[in-house]
Amino acid sequence: MTTAEATGYDVEQVRRDFPVLARRLAGDLPLVYLDSANTSQKPASVIAAIEEHYRLHNANVARAMHQIGAEATEAFEGARDKVAGFIGAPSRDEVVFTKNASEALNLVARVLGDAGRVGAGDEIVITQLEHHSNIVPWQQLCQRTGATLRWFGLTPEGRLDLSDIDSLITERTKVVSVAWVSNMLGSVSPLATIIAKAHAVGALVVVDASQAVPQLPVDVSTLGADLVAFTGHKMLGPTGIGVLWGRYELLAELPPFMGGGEMIETVTMERTTYAPPPARFEAGTPPIAQAVGLGAAVDYLSALGMENVAAHEHAITAYALGRLQEIDGLRIVGPSEAVDRGGAISFELAGVHPHDVAQLLDSRGIAVRAGNHCAKPAHACFGVQSTSRASFYLYTTEQEVDALVDGLLHTKKYFGA
Amino acid sequence: MDVDALYQEIILDHYKKPHGAGLREDFDTEVHHVNPTCGDEITLRVHLDGDTVADVSYAAQGCSISQASASVLNDLVVGHSVEEGMTVLGSFTELMQGKGKVEPDEDVLEDGVAFAGVAQFPARVKCALLAWMAWKDAVAQAVTEKEDA
Repeated sequence: MTTAEATGYDVEQVRRDFPVLARRLAGDLPLVYLDSANTSQKPASVIAAIEEHYRLHNANVARAMHQIGAEATEAFEGARDKVAGFIGAPSRDEVVFTKNASEALNLVARVLGDAGRVGAGDEIVITQLEHHSNIVPWQQLCQRTGATLRWFGLTPEGRLDLSDIDSLITERTKVVSVAWVSNMLGSVSPLATIIAKAHAVGALVVVDASQAVPQLPVDVSTLGADLVAFTGHKMLGPTGIGVLWGRYELLAELPPFMGGGEMIETVTMERTTYAPPPARFEAGTPPIAQAVGLGAAVDYLSALGMENVAAHEHAITAYALGRLQEIDGLRIVGPSEAVDRGGAISFELAGVHPHDVAQLLDSRGIAVRAGNHCAKPAHACFGVQSTSRASFYLYTTEQEVDALVDGLLHTKKYFGA
Repeated sequence: MDVDALYQEIILDHYKKPHGAGLREDFDTEVHHVNPTCGDEITLRVHLDGDTVADVSYAAQGCSISQASASVLNDLVVGHSVEEGMTVLGSFTELMQGKGKVEPDEDVLEDGVAFAGVAQFPARVKCALLAWMAWKDAVAQAVTEKEDA
């Protein structure tokens, strides 16, 4: 079956919704954008929604008494409704807007410490495939509290190694934080197993869904996690907005993250009482236009259907895995079959450093990422310092994957590898 | 973008056969420098004999530009005085930060002139400078140690 048959929408038609995909680069070469795990491109409807907000409805939210203030508030809170619906949140008040996924994860690590839910002698469990943003905040929390950080290792194939789950997640464990889909290896984590074990010992489960929400149907009401973080710009939305979803009863028990406007109930010079969630965690003027843009992105994804997006992602990833493995000297770092696998493929090309691979591909208009992809420990696990990474999204075509393969063959020749 | 301007034949030759690579035991100071944006790393040792740079030995992990740059550095500074080496460093840094508008002096930079094209690729300038910044650091430490001794 070709990807065209597997995809429930017309990819060529979808591509016309994305102005940047019509770009031509130096040498009049068409842009082949294979860096969507880094940030996705934006459809015209998202760009138009942001522009319209600034052109016609710009005002601050929640505190303006005038008509356009009401319009801005309605648009901002409307975006919250859309996001809540998109991820199956039982209540709109469980959706907290942040700056990005990193801020959402830092928020969680900070307030769990402040709430006294993690202290000396406690343990926090993460995994070795995490993005740095799901490692560093927990290291910092351990430094502040005297808790200990532990982690799942990886199998040679690049999946989570759960063989020591019983010794890793114990009654000392207070938090388990894990990526749903690895941004480097592409592997999908067995969340159900981890969540069941964590809850059996009374630990909270945090899921970094930055690579999952853009490409999989997500229903937080059945996922079982306590807190879920993701970002807008990887799912067709603008930069500057992320989301923290949390069970309402949990959010309601947690103290604020930052102090400022909008997160209060009442303030005197002596003391302050705090607003309920989500406002409690949204100090200051929020990313209003960004929320509007994210709402438009959610509309776009919903119209395509996330089952279709996931099917396309799977088909194009399977096609790319097959084609890349035709290249002599190319080693995929991560699962080489499209089973429980997201659309990011990291690889090494023997004799050519990833930066040189990326540079040569760029000279042909092909955009990939090279480096450690903010996942240094995952790279260390495979004894590599850096890799090249091609990542796909709902607009990626087989022809673009073919262009990548041709570009890599050219790169090999260029460096005499 | 003319990628051939970046990957000059001289650079690829140095990359494939780096001069003076490896860490040698006779050294005064050792430094480890990292380019956090891309992960390139170098461990570099400097051995001074009076005012003369007797040896620069190194272990580098990174792209062709950063590896070739370390090789050219070895060619240009070993056997010369610290002062001469610093002059070359100044000239190379000026070339790298010149956005492609600085005309390199072949008498000073020798094979280093091949890096002129790198200056047109802002993302790669740090790759070319990694070994040189490590060398500057290591030499400064070595000179200080000798003065203190």
